[in-house]
Amino acid sequence: MAKVIKVENLSKVYQLGNFGTGTISRDLERFWARIRGKEDPFLKIGETNDRTTKGGSDVVWSLKDLNFEVEQGDAIGIIGRNGAGKSTLLKILSRVTSPTTGSVKVKGRVASLLEVGTGFHPELSGGENIYLNGAILGMRKAEIKRKFDEIVDFAGVERYIDTPVKRYSSGMYVRLAFAVAAHLESEILIVDEVLSVGDAEFQKKCLGKMGDISTGEGRTVLFVSHNMDAVTRLCSHAILLKNGCLTGYNNTSNIIDTYLRSDFGTTAVRKWEENGSPGNEIVKLLEVKAHDIEGNIKESFDIEDKVSVTIKYEVLKKGHKLNPAINFFNVNGINIFDSHQTTNPLFKQIIVPGVYESTVTVPNNFLAEGTIIIGVAVVTHDPFIVHFHETDAIAFNMVDKAINNLTRGDFTGSMPGVIRPLLDWQSVKK
Amino acid sequence: MNNLTEETWDIEITGKNSLFDLKLKDVWQYRDLLLLMVRRDFVSFYKQTILGPIWFFVQPVITILMYTIIFGNLAGIPTDGVPKPLFYLAGTIIWNYFADCLTKTSTVFRDNAGMLGKVYFPRLIMPLSIVFSNLIKFAVQLVLFIILLAFYWGKGALIVPNALILLFPVLIILIAAQGLGLGMIISAVTTKYRDLAFIVSFGVPLMMYTTTVIYPLSEVLQKYHNYSWLIKLNPVTAVIETFRYGFLGKGSFSWELLGYCILITAALLVTGTIIFNRVEKNFVDTV
Repeated sequence: MAKVIKVENLSKVYQLGNFGTGTISRDLERFWARIRGKEDPFLKIGETNDRTTKGGSDVVWSLKDLNFEVEQGDAIGIIGRNGAGKSTLLKILSRVTSPTTGSVKVKGRVASLLEVGTGFHPELSGGENIYLNGAILGMRKAEIKRKFDEIVDFAGVERYIDTPVKRYSSGMYVRLAFAVAAHLESEILIVDEVLSVGDAEFQKKCLGKMGDISTGEGRTVLFVSHNMDAVTRLCSHAILLKNGCLTGYNNTSNIIDTYLRSDFGTTAVRKWEENGSPGNEIVKLLEVKAHDIEGNIKESFDIEDKVSVTIKYEVLKKGHKLNPAINFFNVNGINIFDSHQTTNPLFKQIIVPGVYESTVTVPNNFLAEGTIIIGVAVVTHDPFIVHFHETDAIAFNMVDKAINNLTRGDFTGSMPGVIRPLLDWQSVKK
Repeated sequence: MNNLTEETWDIEITGKNSLFDLKLKDVWQYRDLLLLMVRRDFVSFYKQTILGPIWFFVQPVITILMYTIIFGNLAGIPTDGVPKPLFYLAGTIIWNYFADCLTKTSTVFRDNAGMLGKVYFPRLIMPLSIVFSNLIKFAVQLVLFIILLAFYWGKGALIVPNALILLFPVLIILIAAQGLGLGMIISAVTTKYRDLAFIVSFGVPLMMYTTTVIYPLSEVLQKYHNYSWLIKLNPVTAVIETFRYGFLGKGSFSWELLGYCILITAALLVTGTIIFNRVEKNFVDTV
C-alpha cells in the first residue's frame, strides 16, 4: 500500500505562562541569537513534557521527535492521556499550526474536523451554512451543490433548511455540521473527539460513516478519542503518545492494552513535592492514595470490597471554607460520578491552617470492573473557587473474579454498564 | 540512490518556509470560499433589519450632514468651490473604505481565532474577504455619491468631470491595497502584542485629519506650504484628490503625487502579505 502520511522528527514547542512585558525582551534575545547563528537560548533540548512536575525552563515540548508513516486506507487511532500531545499532533497535521522542527509530508487532500460547525454563522440558514462550512473545509461550490441533498438527508434537518441555525437545537446543529464534514471528498480525514456530542443514535451513524470512509472508500482516517470503544471499533492501528513522545504504534488492541497498563496500572498512590504540587496560596495537594478499609494501599480491588481514596493536603491560609471533592472516571473517559464532602460539620466552617486528610469510601458491590481513574480537587463553594483540580491523579483496577460474585450470581457472560450496584430485588408469585 | 524511487508529496508541513512563498495558488483554489465569506458578511449585515441594505446609506448621509454644519459652516473651511455635501461625501466614502479595511484587517486574527484555530484554509482569504465585503458597501455609497452629483449638476453647480475619471478603478485598487497592506502588518504584530490594537482604535479616526477629507489640499498648500508634504505623505491623500479631480473637476491632482502613492501602496501590500504569511503559521499559539 502507498504511504500517504510521513512524519519525520516532528517536534513542537509551546511557551508556558503569559505573554507580557517580559516576552519582548526574550523575543529580542532570540532574534539576536538567530542573527549570530546560534541556537534559541530558550529551547532546552532533552526536557520531557510531564505536566505534573515543574520544568527548568518555561517552554514545553508538546511533541518530541515523532516519526511514523500512515498507509492509504488505514484508520489510525491516536490515544494518550490528557496533555500527551494528541491535539497538537492533529493541529499540525491539519495545518492549523506549524511544527517547531521536523516535517510532515502528505499525499492528497486533507480535511480536518477538529470541531464541528467551524465557521457556522448563526444568522445564516442551514442551507447557506452548508455551503459556507463546506467551503471552509475545502470543498468547491459545485461539489457542495452536487452533494447538497445527500448532506441534508444525512443530517435529517430537511424541514429546517431555510431557518437560521441560531434557532436550531444543539443536536440539530451538530448533525448538520457533521453531515457536511462527512461528505468531504478528501483523501485524508482527521477527526478529533467530535463524537462526544450528539445523541447515541447519531454517534452510531457517524462511526458507521467513518468506518465506511476508511474501509469502503479507501480513504485514510486519523481519529483522536478517549473513547476506547470507538477507537477499537473504528481503527485498525493506533498510536500511543505519552508526554509528547511516541511510545507505541501497533494494532489497536495491543496499543490499548499497553496504554491501560503503562499509564494507569501502577499509580494507586501519588505524592507531590513541595514546590511542584497542584494548588495555590490557600491550599496545596500533598498526596492521593487508594486503599482498603484497613489502610493498605492497593492497585487492584475486588469489586466486592470497599474502596477508599484519601486526599492529603495542606491548608496554608485561614479564611476559606474548603471542600475536598473527587471524580471517578472509567477508561473510556466516562465520568462515573463525583462526590463532594458535604456531611462533615468541620468543613462547613472556615478551616484553620494545617495538614488534613480526607477519606471517601465507595461501597462494595458498586463499581464495575475495569480501571478507575481518580481526579481530586479542593474547592470553595461560595464564591466558587477551584483551589486545585488534579485529573488523572491516581488509578486502580476493579477486578471481577466472576465466581460466586453477588452481583452476577451464576451468570458468566459479560456485564456491561459503568457501575454494577447490588440492588434489592423483590419477586413474588402472583 | 536514484530519483525514480523518490516519492512525490502534495503537501509538506514544516516549521520554516520561504519568505516569498505567498500561497497565492492556494488562495485561488479557495476562491469559492472567498465569495461565500463576502456573501456571508453582506447577508448577515442586514438580517433581521427592516431597512436592510439601506443602512449603508445612513452612515455617510449623517456624516456629511455633520461635516457640512461643523466644518463647512461653523468653521468655514473652504471646499474648492464644490458644493459642500458633495465635497465631503467624496472624501468620506473613500476614507471610510480605507478605515474599514484597515481596522477590520488589523484584528482579523483575533476576531476569527476560533475558526482559524480549528481548520486550515489560506489565511489570506480572511483579509481579502474583508476588502471585498467593504467594497460592496463602498459601491452602495458610490451610488449615493452619483445621485448627489447628478442633483447638484442639475441645479447648475460648476462640476466638470474629466478624463481622469477613468483612473477610478485604479484608485479603488490603490485604496483597498493600502487598507489591506497596512492592516495585515498591524494584524501580524497584534497577535502577540496587543498594544498596537489600542493605537489603531483611536489612531485611525485621528488619521482622517491628516488627509484631505474635510479640507482640500489646495487650502493646505496655500496656508501651510512648508508643511504640506505631511499631508501628501499620507497615501490616501493622492487617492482622494485624484478622485475629486476626476469626478468634480476640482482639486490638486499631480502625477508625481499619484506615482508616489502607487509606490507606497505596492510597498505596503508586499510587506503586509509577507509578514502576514509568516505570522499565520503559528499565530494560533500566541493569539
